[in-house]
Amino acid sequence: MGDFTARAPKALNDPTLRRNFRRAMDGLMAKRALQFQDRDAWDALRARGAAAKARVVARLPELLEQLEARLTANGIRVHWAETTAQANAIVLDILRQAGARTVIKGKSMVSEEMELNHHLEAHGIAAIESDLGEYIIQLAGEAPSHIVMPCIHKNKAEIAALFAENIEGLGYTEDVDELTAAARRALRGRFAEADAGISGVNFAVAETGTLVLVENEGNGRLSTTLPPLHIAVMGIEKLAERLDDLPALLALLPRSATGQPITTYVNMISHPRRDGERDGPKAVHVVLLDSGRSRVHADPELRDTLRCIRCGACMNHCPVYSRVGGHTYKFVYPGPIGKILTPQLEGLDCAGDQPHASTLCNACVEVCPVRIPIADILVRLRAESIDPSGSAAVKGAGSMRKSLESLTWKGWALMHSVPLLHRLGTWALSRLGNLIPAAALPPLSTWMRVRSRPVFAPKTLHELAREKGYGNE
Amino acid sequence: MSEARANILARLRAARRGAVPDRPDWTPPAYGPDRLARFRAMLEAVHGEVIEVTSATWTERLRTLLAERGVTTAMAAPDLGLDAAWAGRGPEVVAYDRPVEAMKDRLVHDIQAGITRARAGIAETGTLVLWPDAAEPRLLSLLPPLHVALLRLGTLADNLSALMAEQNWAAGLPTNLLLISGPSKTADIEQTLAYGVHGPKELVVLVLTDL
Repeated sequence: MGDFTARAPKALNDPTLRRNFRRAMDGLMAKRALQFQDRDAWDALRARGAAAKARVVARLPELLEQLEARLTANGIRVHWAETTAQANAIVLDILRQAGARTVIKGKSMVSEEMELNHHLEAHGIAAIESDLGEYIIQLAGEAPSHIVMPCIHKNKAEIAALFAENIEGLGYTEDVDELTAAARRALRGRFAEADAGISGVNFAVAETGTLVLVENEGNGRLSTTLPPLHIAVMGIEKLAERLDDLPALLALLPRSATGQPITTYVNMISHPRRDGERDGPKAVHVVLLDSGRSRVHADPELRDTLRCIRCGACMNHCPVYSRVGGHTYKFVYPGPIGKILTPQLEGLDCAGDQPHASTLCNACVEVCPVRIPIADILVRLRAESIDPSGSAAVKGAGSMRKSLESLTWKGWALMHSVPLLHRLGTWALSRLGNLIPAAALPPLSTWMRVRSRPVFAPKTLHELAREKGYGNE
Repeated sequence: MSEARANILARLRAARRGAVPDRPDWTPPAYGPDRLARFRAMLEAVHGEVIEVTSATWTERLRTLLAERGVTTAMAAPDLGLDAAWAGRGPEVVAYDRPVEAMKDRLVHDIQAGITRARAGIAETGTLVLWPDAAEPRLLSLLPPLHVALLRLGTLADNLSALMAEQNWAAGLPTNLLLISGPSKTADIEQTLAYGVHGPKELVVLVLTDL
């Protein structure tokens, strides 16, 4: 496995993967740009959306209580889980009490975080993914490579081969309409016989106790309507304070994600089936998952991470993500948001490589619809990853510290704070620096693998300045 | 209450409070006399069809559009009065009058068109607002391959914000409120659009221009 740097070359040297991502990212960036051509309108909308989510983060404990009270009053059962293990146990328990054997799933990144499908399978419950992209990667036995478009790393030919092998009666075809129709046929029966539906949540409205789900396919609506039981899993940060926060958030999410003005379906669920109603689940449960989020919330700077509405625009615009794809990050959330979220949820000791997988180019910050200062947080996490003081906020802080590196920087700092040492040092480097056998010296040779060797000028800048007659002014 | 709940809330409360920012002003677009044109353009851009009708012509227009598509079994609320209007010349009209458990097979396999009313429309995004109830349940607009919706022009709003405020949604939401903008679609395979992946392949909106 190794770290990100060790994994990256495999993706970089895979021309098919590079082509698949390049095409997809170029298309998504162009479509998003068309949606936000009016700068003033974009600024105003984004300010509103960012404020709506910043308010949620600032008022999180009371809004969670309000949400719980409203959901409960609406007849929806609320469960709290501190860890993914607890959340899995809660879901399994609900399913067992209902005697459920089969589950149909709508797309949910939190369920990926929980590895819910594995957990259910291990306990004899079959969970079928119904989002077309998720269905494809479930057939392939893979993890999503993008949080919005999970099978973006696969091309038509790869999917055609997968379907030919897995769907009875379907030969090899690269016709997208035929492939889509085959998936519809294969999944229709699954929906009809499923004992329960499991979904994620895009926004849970505290004011009204409403679960809002956005999607294009209709599988989310099917999962939350056809089976007699619906379980929604969500992170504790995925709230909206009021119903009238939704217009701005709904205007930002699909436009940022896929360049659509709105998704085909916005599905707003406020109750289980009520007396006299013909359909809809008779029981609806919500599982609120913490799994490290309350720790993120504790830090006034890092908590901005929790504004995220999971649009994926940061990864679509990331020069690193678009070249290596989602799997190279190894964690559930790839790309810029993953680089700041994962180390905070999992700890820098196991995800300390993530904040370094960035050029700090700021593209993600420019497109983020809720103005998360991703680059600032990346820098903060890099600093914490080598901070041994014990007072750092993030779990595993200091774990990336290397003694040679810290010694080097101490020397650097000393040289720049003592004038005599600085003069001596720069004089020595300008005369002898080009003789250093850098290609053979381990830390320098690693650095130089992907960079050309800098050539030291024969005279330092200070010497040149003095020769031109500048003093110390 | 659970221990997890207490622990999570305690951790959140222990954090230093940050400022709660105000909501800055944001005005979504309005379209004036071009509202219907905007609605049509947006819905057509996502593969929806918009047909202008009146309260006198809509049943006949609906009958021909169903006939053109070879629909022999449609589902609609009885109080739409289709049986009486068509007097045996149209497709069979089935009512969704029993719980889904008893209707599932027909809904999944037989019904070729679902006909519903829309509570309102949104011009900005070309969106229908559905407020399913006992007469027009949730799956009626989802399982059949064709969805036909009736929209009264007078209910067409500029944008979602305006509509929510005007109808005071926050005061009481239905079990399920739906915003629908076009037929079911996916672009999961190489960003190539395909329609009808799980829901309707076709969405037709009959706009009642006199109501």
